[in-house]
Amino acid sequence: MLLITCPYCEETLPEAEFAYAGQAHVIRPENPSGQSDEQWEEFLFIRENPKGPHFERWRHLHGCGRFFNAVRDTVSDKFLTTYRAGAPRPDLASLGGDAK
Amino acid sequence: MNKPMSSEPEVLAESAAVRVRLAKPCARLSLRARGDLAPLEAALGLSLPGKIGERCTGGELEALRLGPDEWMLHLPEGTVEGVLSSCAGVYETLPHSLVDVSGREVTFQIDGARATELLTLGMARDPESIAVGEGRRTNFDGVTVTIWRDADSAYRMDVWHSFAPHVLHLLETGCRELAAEAV
Ligand SMILES: [Zn+2]
Repeated sequence: MLLITCPYCEETLPEAEFAYAGQAHVIRPENPSGQSDEQWEEFLFIRENPKGPHFERWRHLHGCGRFFNAVRDTVSDKFLTTYRAGAPRPDLASLGGDAK
Repeated sequence: MNKPMSSEPEVLAESAAVRVRLAKPCARLSLRARGDLAPLEAALGLSLPGKIGERCTGGELEALRLGPDEWMLHLPEGTVEGVLSSCAGVYETLPHSLVDVSGREVTFQIDGARATELLTLGMARDPESIAVGEGRRTNFDGVTVTIWRDADSAYRMDVWHSFAPHVLHLLETGCRELAAEAV
């Protein structure tokens, strides 16, 4: 089982308390009607699916209830960091470890 | 107000290892608020705990912080109206949500020498990570529950009504199992 640090509870807790919620930093366009089909397709369906560090959303479902962001290496399944929703994307170089 | 039917909580499961009782009914309020909480704290008559998992009491009111902007309040039955109206008085200054959820859940009181061990049967997190006098919302056997740790081996567990029989079934089994082991 993965251990995940909730940036709101400031505790490292078992994965069973959390729910995965897809790629992070996907921003909904302010004016959806102004989007072309291609742009809308990109927003709805196109994801990065990287091999390596992945920016993703998690929710501390059975806990504080909050959504937050995480960087997880999809190869090692290691969490490089977690941070509060709304905080800027952390610089991968500063995270060290296996991050590239 | 209605008098409680008996002075002692009803025993639901008991063994040499641990005992599970149904707590007497209390009133429960769910509070959501953010910003400067001073007006609400004045209305409630307590300072709201500032860290997730912390508890505070003020008079007969007991508060547990569940999330960054969320608290669970327990108070005696019959005192809800007063609290709701005094908080409504500060709504203009500090908009918030205060909802009576008394009818939503029941509380199991779990105590006995191996109470902490009983909780490990259904909890992914370590019950020892909840300090005495604190509380947490967590997952117990697939169900979201709120744990209040009152003493080293005394806990309260708030469970939504519809999940209560499911949770109690595991607690009953655990009670028997821990006692069987102890022989
Ligand atoms: Zn949390």
